[in-house]
Amino acid sequence: MKHINQDNVLKKMSSRLAVNQIFRALFFLATLFGLVVLAVLLYRVFTQGIGYLDLQFLQSVGSRFPEKAGIYAALIGSLWLMAVVVVVSFILAVGTAIYLEEYAKQNKVNNFIKVNISNLAGVPSVVFGLLGLTIFARMFALGQSVLAAGLTMSLLILPVIIVAAQEAIRAVPKDLRDASYAMGATKWQTIIRVVLPAAIPGILTGSILAFSRAIGETAPLVVLGVPTILLFTPASIMDTFTALPMQIYDWTRRPQAAFHDVASAGIIILLLLLLFMNSVAVFIRNKFQNRF
Amino acid sequence: MQTIKTEINENIDTTGTKKPVYQTKQLNLWYGTNHALKNIDLDIMENEVTAIIGPSGCGKSTYIKTLNRMIELIPSVKTSGDIMYRERNIFDKNYRVEELRTKVGMVFQKPNPFPKSIYDNIAYGPRTHGIKNKKVLDEIVEKSLRGAAIWEEVKDRLNSNAYGLSGGQQQRICIARCLAIEPDVILMDEPTSALDPISTLKVEELVQELKTDYSIIIVTHNMQQAARISDRTAFFLNGEVIEFDKTDKIFSTPSDKRTEDYISGRFG
Repeated sequence: MKHINQDNVLKKMSSRLAVNQIFRALFFLATLFGLVVLAVLLYRVFTQGIGYLDLQFLQSVGSRFPEKAGIYAALIGSLWLMAVVVVVSFILAVGTAIYLEEYAKQNKVNNFIKVNISNLAGVPSVVFGLLGLTIFARMFALGQSVLAAGLTMSLLILPVIIVAAQEAIRAVPKDLRDASYAMGATKWQTIIRVVLPAAIPGILTGSILAFSRAIGETAPLVVLGVPTILLFTPASIMDTFTALPMQIYDWTRRPQAAFHDVASAGIIILLLLLLFMNSVAVFIRNKFQNRF
Repeated sequence: MQTIKTEINENIDTTGTKKPVYQTKQLNLWYGTNHALKNIDLDIMENEVTAIIGPSGCGKSTYIKTLNRMIELIPSVKTSGDIMYRERNIFDKNYRVEELRTKVGMVFQKPNPFPKSIYDNIAYGPRTHGIKNKKVLDEIVEKSLRGAAIWEEVKDRLNSNAYGLSGGQQQRICIARCLAIEPDVILMDEPTSALDPISTLKVEELVQELKTDYSIIIVTHNMQQAARISDRTAFFLNGEVIEFDKTDKIFSTPSDKRTEDYISGRFG
C-alpha cells in the first residue's frame, strides 16, 4: 500500500510553485527597497551638490557665503581624527583580541569579559560621547581636541574591531599553531609569526569597516562639543578641530537653501572617502582569501 | 599490575650499546575525569623505530603527544608518574617545554605546512631558535630537504608556497621542517594516514633511513606498516600497554591473547 498519492501530489504542485514565486517576489522587493532609497538619496545629493564640487570647495574653509564655503578644515580635521583613531583603536583592539584568544584561560572572569565586549558593541554612540566628555574632555582636561575626540571614537569602535579580530584569530587552524609549538617556539613567537600573518586579512577587513563607521559618526562629536565650523586646521592632536559630519550637519541646518547644496557637496566627499575605505577592505579580503 | 608491566620491559633485550631515550614510569593521564592512560611503563631505545599500535581511542596518540608535552595544550589534562627523557624528568618544573621540543620533533597526522614558502617553512624552526645568518639557513634548508628526500622535487621552487605541493610532498616538507631543528627524537603521529599508497611508501622508506641518526616513535593505525618499518612495537588497548616487544615477536608469536586478536584482525 502506498502512502503517497501521485494524483494529489500533481494537483497541489502548481499551488506550491505559486507560493514559491510569491516569496521570491517578496524577498526581491525587500532587497529593492533599500537599493531604491539609496539611489534616490544619491541622486538628490549628486544633483544638488555637484555644482559646488570643485577645487575651490576642497581648498576653502567655512564661510558665510555659500559660494565661498569649503570643506578643507573639516576634511583635514577628519583625517587628523582618523590618524588618532586608527592607531589607538587598532593597537588596543588587536592586543585585547590576542590576549582573550591566545593567552586568557577559559574561566568565568574571561568569559564574562568576552560576553561584555560583544554587548559594548551595541551601546549607542551618544553614550560613548558622554563617556568621552566626562573622562577625556573634562577629567583629563583635553577639551575639544583631536586627542579627546579620537580617544572617544576609539572607544566606540573598539568592541567592533575586537570581535572581528577575535574571529579572525580563532579561524587560524589549530594545526598551524601545533606545528609551531612542536618546534619549540614560544607562544609569542607563534602569535607573531604564524597566527597574526594568517589572521591579519580578517582583522584588517573588520578594522577598516569600523574606521568607516568612525569617520561618519556625528553624535559623540556633538556631545563632546566639537565646533561645527572652524577657519583653521589643527597643528597638533591637542588642537581643536572640526570634522566632515559636523560641517555637513552645520550646513544642513542653515536657513539659506544654497547651503543645503553645499552640504550635499560635503556629503559627496564623505561618501567618496567611505567608498574608498570599503574598497580597500574588499581588496584586502580578496587578496588574502583562501590562504589556508 | 605493576609486576606484569615490569616483566614486559624485562622481556626486551636492553643489553648492547643502545641506550633508552625515553623511560616512562607509571604514567597516568586524565582528560577531566576520563582516565586515558593507565600505568604506562615503556622504555624507548635510541636509533630505533618504535611503533605504537592499537584501536582508535586506545591512547596511542595521547601517549606520543605526552612525550613532547603537546598534550598540555588541552586545558583539562592531568598527569601523574614520570617520563625520563635522556635521564631527565620532562615533567620537572625546571624543564622548559620549549627546550624539550627543540630536541623532540613532531610530525602530525595531517600535513600542516605553514602558508609560507617552502624555504620559510623549513627555516621556521632555526629562525625560532635565533639563527639569522642567511648562509647557515640556506645550508640547513638544503640539508633538511635532502634528509626528507624531497630536495630534488622542490629545489627549483623554494620560494613558492608550500600549499601548492601535493599532500605527500607536504608531509615530507613537514618532516624536513622537523629535521631542521636537528632533533634527537622524532615523534610521528599517524604520518601517513592522510596520504596515498605511493606517498606512504616514500615516507616509510624515509623513516628507515632516518633511524640511523634519530630515534623515531611512530603511531600507526596500519599494522602492516608497523611490521614493515619498526624495530619494536607497543600494543595499546584502553589506555594500557598490553604488550611491548620486538616487532618480529609481536607479529609472529605475541604473548598476549588480545595482541594476537588485534593483529590478526579479529577486532579494532
